[in-house]
Amino acid sequence: MANAYQIIVCGSLVPDPLQTLEPISTPGGPALKNELMLPAALDPWAGHALFEAANLAKQIPGSQVWLVSLGPKAKLQQLMMSVAQKAAFSFVPVEGNAGGFMSSVDCASALVKAIQGIAGLDMGRVLLFGGWESASRGAGSTLQLVGDALGIHDQFMGVDEIKVLEDGSFTVLERVEGACHQESLCAGAPAVLGWATGNLPEPTNNPQVGMVNMRSIMPALQKAVKAEVGLDGVEYVSVSLPKQLRDTRIVKDMPADEIAREIVEWIKK
Amino acid sequence: MEKILLLGFADQASSKLLAEGATVAANLAASLGCSWEVALIGEKVQEAANTLGGSGAAKFYGVEGEDFAFARYSSDLPAAEALLKESQATVILVPGSSRANRVLSALAMRLGGRADTHITSVTAKEGKVLANRWFYRQRMEACFSRPQRPWVMGLEPGNVVPQAFSASSVQVQMLSVALPDAAKRTKVLGLKYPAGTAQTIRPDAKLLFVAGAGWTKKQADGQIHAGEAEKAILDFLGKAQASLGSTKSLVDQSGEGNAVLSFMTHLNQVGQTGSTPRHSKGLATCCHGEEPHVVGWRFVTERRAVNMDANCGWARGKTDVLYVADAFEVMKKVNEILSA
Repeated sequence: MANAYQIIVCGSLVPDPLQTLEPISTPGGPALKNELMLPAALDPWAGHALFEAANLAKQIPGSQVWLVSLGPKAKLQQLMMSVAQKAAFSFVPVEGNAGGFMSSVDCASALVKAIQGIAGLDMGRVLLFGGWESASRGAGSTLQLVGDALGIHDQFMGVDEIKVLEDGSFTVLERVEGACHQESLCAGAPAVLGWATGNLPEPTNNPQVGMVNMRSIMPALQKAVKAEVGLDGVEYVSVSLPKQLRDTRIVKDMPADEIAREIVEWIKK
Repeated sequence: MEKILLLGFADQASSKLLAEGATVAANLAASLGCSWEVALIGEKVQEAANTLGGSGAAKFYGVEGEDFAFARYSSDLPAAEALLKESQATVILVPGSSRANRVLSALAMRLGGRADTHITSVTAKEGKVLANRWFYRQRMEACFSRPQRPWVMGLEPGNVVPQAFSASSVQVQMLSVALPDAAKRTKVLGLKYPAGTAQTIRPDAKLLFVAGAGWTKKQADGQIHAGEAEKAILDFLGKAQASLGSTKSLVDQSGEGNAVLSFMTHLNQVGQTGSTPRHSKGLATCCHGEEPHVVGWRFVTERRAVNMDANCGWARGKTDVLYVADAFEVMKKVNEILSA
């Protein structure tokens, strides 16, 4: 069976997807109105990466999982209250601005430093996981940059599945155009896997796992290194919400066959 | 003075992506009063280059060979790097695709520049290049410029009408890129389609049909009619040649092992953790959230919805017509009319 992996998951917080977001201008560049007050959630695709990492670690004895997150310390602590119960991991927090307008280069640089600081890291066993795109910047760049800076040249994005083979190699399914997957065979770690949704449901909360995780999370948060994450010289000319409020025609009490006729006419138009 | 390069892959020629990119490059070059060039990667690039023969591109570069036939980070990246170094372009436009987006950020970083992906428009104002893209999963749009060069921009597909360039034979300057063994650790095995399901995703379809979780909820008779829902949806997709989108809640039900809609996978999902497809029309049924009506529909032009809630806050203001009706009944009738 394959050697044990060191799985590093990069993932941070984003505003809860159900929140209404409004951009504002600040001296430090664009930001969200009441950003620090907005409820936060683990970035959805990064969350899938974490669940897949925990699942893979269970299958390959001796494997370890780290979650490396950049964000405001207080918000990371809040986030951990829910995430810590989902999977077993060691937490590596980095204090910095996790906003969507911030530079992915700055963010990647901070994450690389944090990863390189993990004691006992053996690059030959590293699988770098994360979401293929964030729900904030949504550029699909940070993980790629982190991987390249760490010298990992087998990178897969939009991953829905990894299957480890007996010899330590693995196959990966990546989402590509045309509603299908590209299947690749990689010789083994190290590799970068930017996850899409994968195939696993969200794990149920496990308070025991949560308690074990929290024992190391709190001291890690206290020691969190600060990182300068900024705009990287980008000049924002405008940031605006789409003004696409439509004048919706509400059709009530119309028989189903009339609605159907109207819909068919519209489709064929 | 900027110098523009259109960097593409040979397999993008057949999907209009290359023509879209060339259209953006030609327009930007005209605005800036500069020249533009083309660089292509693929197993064979000559044919793709010829399709842009009449585009006005000043020069063509290529990296070709078996090693560059498939999308692979470890081979696409050195190929693109060699092309950019040869061209010395300052603004690089890349038609966005899964293959391109996999390498753009690292490519720019290796050359001391920066990359931005999912760019929806590129313009020039007073000699300055400006780009537009969405943030927070299509919730807000920003226009920005950046000082670093090269500036690599991944263009989001479907944002420009591609010009019909005349094809002609062009001279391509081929570059030789030798890959070390370390770059061949990954072998692309091929494409895999979701097993045992109908072809439900049609990116080029005019109509996006979005199915929500309501299809698998108890109906007026207190029963769940998943089988009936499957039939109605599949019938409609076949007859209307529509593409199928889904809400997260419905897809998650499938992933959790519930016997619901067998053909539904995460690939169908639209919205926050799904796609934001571009179709001219969208019909949402049994959807009750922000995801299908806002994020998943951002780039759908004409929108209609069928659901039981006249006060659905997300449908109101986001759809052109909201039919307050039972989607089972309506779609059954729609299918009957389409069959006639």
